[in-house]
Amino acid sequence: MGVEGIGASVARKEDKRFLTGKGRYTDDMSVPGMKYAFFVRSPYAHARIKSIDMSAAKDMPGVIGILEGKQLQADAIGNIICGWMIHSKDGSPMKMGAWRPLAHETVRYVGDAVAIVVADSLGEARDAAEAVVVDYEVLPAVTEAVKALEAGQPQLHPEAPNNLIFDWQLGDGVAADTAIAEAAHVTEITLRNNRLAPNPMEPRATLGIYDSAEDHYTCYTTSQNPHVARLVMSAFYNVAPENKLRVIAPDVGGGFGSKIYIYPEEIVCLWASKKTGVPVKWTCDRTEAFLTDAHGRDHVSTVKMAFDKDNRITGLKVDTIANLGAYMSLFSSAVPTYLYATLLSGQYAIPAIHANVRTVYTNTVPVDAYRGAGRPEATYLLERTMETAARELGVSPAELRRKNFVRTFPYQTPVIMNYDAGDYEASLEAAMASADWNGFAARKAEAAGRGKKRGIGMSCYIEACGIAPSAAVGSLGAGVGLWESAEVRVNAVGTIEVMTGSHSHGQGHETTFAQLVADRLGIPIDNVNIVHGDTDKVQMGMGTYGSRSGAVGMSAVVKALDKVEAKAKKIAAHLMEADESDIVIENGELKVAGTDKALPWFQVALAAYTAHNLPAGMEPGLKEGAFYDPSNFTFPAGCYICEVEVDPETGVTEIVQFVAADDFGNIINPMIVEGQVHGGIAQGIGQALLENVQYDPQNGQLITASYMDYAMPRADDLPSFKLSHQNTPCPSNPLGIKGCGEAGAIGSPPALINAITDAIGNNNLTMPATPQKVWAALNAAN
Amino acid sequence: MYATNYHRASSVQDAVKLKSEADEGKYLSGGMTLIATMKQRLAAPSDLVDLRHIPDLKGISVNGKSVRIGAAATHFDVASSVELKAACPAICDLAHHIGDPHVRHMGTIGGSVANNDPAADYPAALLALDAVVVTNAREIKAADFFTGLFETALEEGEMIVAVTFDAPAKAGYAKFRNPASRYAMTGVFVARRDDGDVRVAVTGAGAGGVFRHSGMEAALAASWSPDALSGIAVDPSDLLSDIHANAEYRANLVKVMAKRAVAAA
Ligand SMILES: Cc1cc2nc3c(=O)[nH]c(=O)nc-3n(C[C@H](O)[C@H](O)[C@H](O)COP(=O)(O)OP(=O)(O)OC[C@H]3O[C@@H](n4cnc5c(N)ncnc54)[C@H](O)[C@@H]3O)c2cc1C
Repeated sequence: MGVEGIGASVARKEDKRFLTGKGRYTDDMSVPGMKYAFFVRSPYAHARIKSIDMSAAKDMPGVIGILEGKQLQADAIGNIICGWMIHSKDGSPMKMGAWRPLAHETVRYVGDAVAIVVADSLGEARDAAEAVVVDYEVLPAVTEAVKALEAGQPQLHPEAPNNLIFDWQLGDGVAADTAIAEAAHVTEITLRNNRLAPNPMEPRATLGIYDSAEDHYTCYTTSQNPHVARLVMSAFYNVAPENKLRVIAPDVGGGFGSKIYIYPEEIVCLWASKKTGVPVKWTCDRTEAFLTDAHGRDHVSTVKMAFDKDNRITGLKVDTIANLGAYMSLFSSAVPTYLYATLLSGQYAIPAIHANVRTVYTNTVPVDAYRGAGRPEATYLLERTMETAARELGVSPAELRRKNFVRTFPYQTPVIMNYDAGDYEASLEAAMASADWNGFAARKAEAAGRGKKRGIGMSCYIEACGIAPSAAVGSLGAGVGLWESAEVRVNAVGTIEVMTGSHSHGQGHETTFAQLVADRLGIPIDNVNIVHGDTDKVQMGMGTYGSRSGAVGMSAVVKALDKVEAKAKKIAAHLMEADESDIVIENGELKVAGTDKALPWFQVALAAYTAHNLPAGMEPGLKEGAFYDPSNFTFPAGCYICEVEVDPETGVTEIVQFVAADDFGNIINPMIVEGQVHGGIAQGIGQALLENVQYDPQNGQLITASYMDYAMPRADDLPSFKLSHQNTPCPSNPLGIKGCGEAGAIGSPPALINAITDAIGNNNLTMPATPQKVWAALNAAN
Repeated sequence: MYATNYHRASSVQDAVKLKSEADEGKYLSGGMTLIATMKQRLAAPSDLVDLRHIPDLKGISVNGKSVRIGAAATHFDVASSVELKAACPAICDLAHHIGDPHVRHMGTIGGSVANNDPAADYPAALLALDAVVVTNAREIKAADFFTGLFETALEEGEMIVAVTFDAPAKAGYAKFRNPASRYAMTGVFVARRDDGDVRVAVTGAGAGGVFRHSGMEAALAASWSPDALSGIAVDPSDLLSDIHANAEYRANLVKVMAKRAVAAA
């Protein structure tokens, strides 16, 4: 590796602009004549709209236009769709209820958009929005998925009787039942995976600009995947054909999944720009974000895990009810199915697995992918079950896991996934050594002397990144392919632009992608610019989510670089009168191997563009594109160990140690990878200890709609993390990369909860493990 | 936020006059509560009368045992006052644990006391220290001042000028922070006067706002030690229940925090 190449902890190129306040986010964008939007939103969780009276509002100062759903429908703007078809086990397709960008018949959650007000200032837009009189007939609401399935509950969509969206299964139910019937021991547990609000630092925003002279739209938006936004808005929502719609996602301040989806606001602001003749900007405030950003998780599951007399797992049966909220968001159906049940084998060889998943409408904001998306739910379920089983069987949690690890690869699980490489024991050993697992008993005794209850817990996670290949996901119902694109454009002086279809919203692409180029060509990363996030500048791409940018996005860059290098070698061979196969690229030069003949990189680039002396028949220029479609998912895995001290007087949990041993395959920039792990663990600790979206079950009001009531993790809630990396390179992509963006959030919650339940001697604990809950569980145990 | 008129008052009289002339005026101190409420459009004063530049409201003075904290003293001023630290370190410690540095540099004791948030820290200190709230019109004992959730004895237009109290022989504050807001989910301030009189005031937990706990006071008057509280039972029936903590848990916290406050004193 060079100082800036693969494996170097290069400081992030983009941080100067972020840290000096020079980032340019959607809300920083301003165009002449721009006006401001405010949305009229439903204050009720469920109601029929009897009428909307705008007469008073229309005359308010500064008002340019007020638009409602009927007009949207008259202009044939389409309903918002879910892009992944799931079929129930009876063969029927999922029951997708209509999600109108502006509701005009029924509202189904608090915050459902009803009208848009465009005015000279935000204050005036808000004033006028308050003067829009919507006459609602309030209907009963239901917020809990389990309850929504019961008889006699409020019904959300006529298409979905009993609020059931689909009743899906994966695996072999008979085999799992047989294993349970014949087991020497069965561990049973019911688990709830708490509902989370994503809380990216930058709230969502959009600026819709219609140019009547060109009949062309521009959409600035806080998106993780601008090309997908353009595709969906043109193909499904009928906003504009793709060639007349430019989508730009400039600097984006975090997404965690919540900015994958196309929300009503982008669609409506573009349409409103045409209707009102002015550019329309909308920026969400924090409470609006709590109300309208897609939430994550919200599962209730029952689990049965069967063991033989040697403590080998013989079967697993899972029954999950997943809350999808009031409407089906873009990937909502995939999260509790193909991103969840397919991971239920964990790191273990389990001969029989069956999962049944029912997804349910409730009067809450839609639920979709949030950092980890399905995999945290699977990992929490498995790893709490394993810990519970170890306690019931009287064996050490490490021993039970070791006994059941998958050890030969490739390994075909009974739930679709084919694990390609891994060494689970290596991570387990590294984590246990780092945590001084064997010294725990002494530390526990010492803590007891101080009146503290000390506990230790582990979690061995596996996850699947870079969801692929396109043909396979297509056969499972995906509406899109999951390849990635790249174009490497060498300028005449040898500097380089890389257009990537993936998108950075905090991950550091501008550094890591440049490191890859620097590594290949031996030129400084300063000479490489990474271009992303603008459909006019970058070829079609699929964006960033599911930890796919490295494994899939960079692999596309590798393919394009291969082509660039091949052409550059031909030119160099021609200029130096050498054989093409003798040319090597090193330290910014093209050399004839074994001689002192060399040409600097820029000179070859210049030769390509002057075209004065190219090999016969060669086209001028040096620019190549590639699309990369992976042949498999990648499978990062690892072992997390958490040690806690519980204050028995208050139930407060202090995390005294947190160890993460991860196998991400090859690593481009260790510092950035560590940052991703730190952030992921912080979010996982947030889920396990603090965060919880709560709706009032009676009226569907969101109770946790601000930071006064929604507890986010703060720096002083977190310990220093001890990280290490094991490496079994991914065999399916050229760089051997697996992905690291979500692991921290996936692996950490069960390790933490297992540590607390160990400390207090009561396994009956739900997330978030608030002081009150821990205190009550501790008292119940005594 | 709705449009509003801003006035900067130069004296107490000026402030009272400006407010009385306004349609629906409000005093503005640190703005940490009021501005946030206005931004959410939950308050819509026609006029804001800014008190932070009135000389009489500023400063902290300690004369022997008697302490005076100006209403516009920020939490940072209180936390970092050397004189006050010598006289009553517990109140400095309390101020140091309010909110975050931004809040402590803006928020004021006058604003906090006038607001009487049931989860605010200062009300417990004032009640336990038997403090007096000095207004432009009169002096009000803390026991008479805090009348309910967000309710005080202040009359319309009446303005807090200062808070005064006699430094206690010993005092301590223990706060259990709400995991989300980090206001007091339960905070207990204990104070013992030179004459042996003990007061225990609890914030964040009472269904009716800050309150004194006579059982603990008697126990601590008999023996000033954390263990003296071991036998005390805190009745949950008058305590708050919300999504963060139910009354039983708060009852436990009242006792645990009281012990810790004594230990810290
Ligand atoms: C993020 C955050 C965290 C916080 N954490 C805590 C905490 O942990 N503990 C805690 O106790 N508090 C906390 N607070 C509250 C804060 O400390 C302030 O004390 C409080 O907001 C009020 O003080 P202020 O000076 O900002 O008053 P303002 O917001 O300016 O005014 C509050 C009210 O008092 C009235 N008022 C102000 N001054 C006077 C006066 N002199 N006479 C009569 N009426 C007056 C105003 O008209 C208004 O109604 C927090 C606030 C924030 C924003």
